[in-house]
Amino acid sequence: MESKVSTGGRVGVVVFPGSNCDKDCVYVGQRLGASVSLIWHKETTLPDLDLLILPGGFSYGDFLRAGAIARFSPIMQAIVRFAASGGYVLGICNGFQILVEVGLLPGALMPNTSLQFICKTLFIRAEAQTPFTSHFNLGTPIPMPIAHAQGNYYTDDATLSRLRKNRQIVFRYCTKEGALESSANPNGSTDFIAGICNKDRNVLGMMPHPERVSEALLGGEEGIKLFSSVLSHTGHVGTHGGR
Amino acid sequence: MAGAKLTPSECQQVASLLGREPNALEFELFVAMWSEHCSYKSSKVYLKQLPHEGQWTVPSKGENAGVVDIGDGWVAVFKMESHNHPSFIEPYQGAATGVGGILRDIFTMGAQPIALLNSLRFGPIGDSDSKRAAYPLETRNRYLMERVVAGIAGYGNCVGVPTVGGDIAFDDCYTRNPLVNVFCIGIARANQIVTGKASGVGNPVIYVGSKTGRDGVGGASMASAELGQKDKDRHTVQVGDPFTEKRLIEACMEFVSTGCLVGMQDMGAAGLTSASSEMAARGGVGITLDLSRVPVREEGMTPIEKMISESQERMLLVVDKGSESLFSNICEKWDLPMAIIGEVTDDLMLSLWDNRQKIAAVPIAALTSEAPVYDTTQRPAAPPRYQDHLQILHTDAIVEPKSYGDALLTLLASNDLTCRQWIYEQYDWMVGTNTVLGPGHATADAAVVRVKDTDVFLAVTVDGNGRYCLLNPYQGGSIAVAEAARNLACVGATPIGLTDCLNFGNPEHKETMWQFSACVSGIAEACRQFDIPAVSGNVSFYNETHGLGIYPTPMIGMVGILKTPPITAGFKTPGDLVILIGETYDEIGGSIYLKMIHHQERGEAPNLNFKWEVALQKAVRTAGAQGLLQSAHDCSEGGLAVTLAECCLSSNASLGADLTVDTKGIRGDFFLFGESQSRVIVTLNTYHLPALQRLMEAEGLSYRILGTVGGDHLTLQLTGGDGALRLPVSALRTAYKKGLGP
Repeated sequence: MESKVSTGGRVGVVVFPGSNCDKDCVYVGQRLGASVSLIWHKETTLPDLDLLILPGGFSYGDFLRAGAIARFSPIMQAIVRFAASGGYVLGICNGFQILVEVGLLPGALMPNTSLQFICKTLFIRAEAQTPFTSHFNLGTPIPMPIAHAQGNYYTDDATLSRLRKNRQIVFRYCTKEGALESSANPNGSTDFIAGICNKDRNVLGMMPHPERVSEALLGGEEGIKLFSSVLSHTGHVGTHGGR
Repeated sequence: MAGAKLTPSECQQVASLLGREPNALEFELFVAMWSEHCSYKSSKVYLKQLPHEGQWTVPSKGENAGVVDIGDGWVAVFKMESHNHPSFIEPYQGAATGVGGILRDIFTMGAQPIALLNSLRFGPIGDSDSKRAAYPLETRNRYLMERVVAGIAGYGNCVGVPTVGGDIAFDDCYTRNPLVNVFCIGIARANQIVTGKASGVGNPVIYVGSKTGRDGVGGASMASAELGQKDKDRHTVQVGDPFTEKRLIEACMEFVSTGCLVGMQDMGAAGLTSASSEMAARGGVGITLDLSRVPVREEGMTPIEKMISESQERMLLVVDKGSESLFSNICEKWDLPMAIIGEVTDDLMLSLWDNRQKIAAVPIAALTSEAPVYDTTQRPAAPPRYQDHLQILHTDAIVEPKSYGDALLTLLASNDLTCRQWIYEQYDWMVGTNTVLGPGHATADAAVVRVKDTDVFLAVTVDGNGRYCLLNPYQGGSIAVAEAARNLACVGATPIGLTDCLNFGNPEHKETMWQFSACVSGIAEACRQFDIPAVSGNVSFYNETHGLGIYPTPMIGMVGILKTPPITAGFKTPGDLVILIGETYDEIGGSIYLKMIHHQERGEAPNLNFKWEVALQKAVRTAGAQGLLQSAHDCSEGGLAVTLAECCLSSNASLGADLTVDTKGIRGDFFLFGESQSRVIVTLNTYHLPALQRLMEAEGLSYRILGTVGGDHLTLQLTGGDGALRLPVSALRTAYKKGLGP
């Protein structure tokens, strides 16, 4: 572990045509001291990685449905295998939509109830122990922005109870005080869901953007804890991490 | 579409330049290139007044956008453009393609776009809670606003360039002529700036991007005439595809890094015609094109359609001969159509071929430098007959409001001043992780983005007040520049350049040309006084429908530089001193107060004293740099009262203030709501007062200590007259939060 600390971990960020938060994720990874590589969607294999990020954006222009075309990109097969072998996969915003479309996470992301794109900082609370959340205090409101038009999480009742039972609901929208009030739900998501993980807890999808609040200069640095959590879990503690 | 084609004398001029009658294709090339939109034939003589060079500028004559040096080997490139006519005909696509077009002006120069802003004007949209069905025009205006905002959001969000700020206002004059002005700023390494120049005889000319369709055929000439039957013009509006634009941005950045790119220009107004002839003109060469090789969307497109189509997301490149495969590989990677359609020649001609058949041959100069320029003798200028009448204001007949507080709440809830959250939440203003001050952050007088890997912050603002320009176009033009610069000073930034977007009525009317001439003179004088170059610009005439024109509305986009985190507008700490810098005069003409409370848009525009304005901005910047200030906010629309209310509203803790001021005999409502220029509200810790006083005295500026920050009320006691303003901050917030949503 000692030798790995100096490298800060190996992070891959997938670039689809239309990805637009890829460089933002690279920037955060590098600030954490990780070695970050961009992975072109036409690749069919992945390098050795501690964390793979599917970034936000508008892959394939959101044509048809957000994430619906990106799931057929050549790299997706390799990502499914990486996840199956226990690799850590983080999908942010459009990345979450793609993870749902490819079936690594259950449910669907529908248009916001306002039918409008929404970009604003709101509050979420971490509700489950996962490798991605170990640096957060569970239940404490975390300020984090969203920026999406299709973030209204939906799943059927049977899947929802399974998600609850397995503690796969990782983030929920809440008020500044941490309450689950309808005014805190920005997009109509079922049960205030902002992010979920798979049963094995190595694949996380979330609509809010942690990479946008990873630096005090930009208005908040709570988001960095998500990246430092997962990198420390793989044996790498980022330079800005800390527990 | 009166005025869309060439005049009889222009036709004669074409024939004499060619030495023969043009064929149909050649004629259309002239129509497109000599249109007002491309040639600036009515405005060129006036625009010469504007200083284009300053301390920070990098020479870039005739380029797509202006270039300024921001240090550390980086440059910033910025420009503002109008998309008014298309946005009235089809608001979503009109606005979306406006964003697409301005982005291309930036990345065609090799710069990575890092921020967008917009400045919008619409007719009145009514109150969201009123019964709008009774006012069909208001319903229509609201529809236009909603679709324009959606179009800007749809395009900007998808390409991943944050929309970090903007400006919106409403007036009857914009009902049939809404204004959609979009500003973009990008950054590049100084040595990687790409010019829109063709050179190197034999070098290939490459077409990259969307295939050419029939959309937007004749857009440049449409924008150069008054709008008539709108359905007839609908086909002239282009359809935007931000997904292609995003890939085009990425590909262009990769083109630059090949080192083999000679020149690049986007196919904007007048499409392939302007891109090819302008590139050839700048390089002093000719270009030959085989139109049969142009990628097309549909069968049977004629050479004319291919030459003047304004299909979006297309670029024209000249590259080093032999490097073609580097470019085709990049296009293949990004799945972008690409074709080698011609080459650079030495004959100074634009030669068009259809396979082996030569179909047009026109001297490049005839299309570009020899386009007609009209001077004032051809475009007479005279003030409107109503001008003197407009400036008459019988102040005795203006009844003082029963309550200053109620008047303030009415203003805060008015569409011109209310919270813009409904708009900016539809824009991704954070993508790129550079937005240090955006619309959802603390309120400030300008948006601020950082430049990664440097210690540079860029502050950007867009400003323009049509009402002032109507009353006094010269003064209004100067004030637009002064206010933009003042906004930058308030966040702590030094202006390094501006871009102008000049929106006017029909230039064939002498009144419009008088307004235009005076406005440009006012802007030019302000540029000289503040030492700020106008590095790029755009003119939009014919914002006139059925003979009703808009107010002269020049918009100024200004960029400033700062090295320390910016200063914001909100009150910070109880006990801080509240200081009004600058003098308040008995000036109520042209104010939002007169418009909203008394339904009058008249009187004299506020006076502007350059000496005091320059001194004020310098002092505020210095005070900010010395760390003396807790907050700074300029007094603009709504005057002192609205400025103080905004300081309370943007305070994190909803802090009020307890203040007293001597009106020195000025009527209470005029003192509170008048819009005297060169004023800023600052707050600071008492400890720093002596240092600030020294600064004020050194600059000879007047200032008044009004009181202190604190409590949950905004109280302003007027002495020297009588009366007071006293409102809980919560009431200010309720009024302000009314918003623009449906």
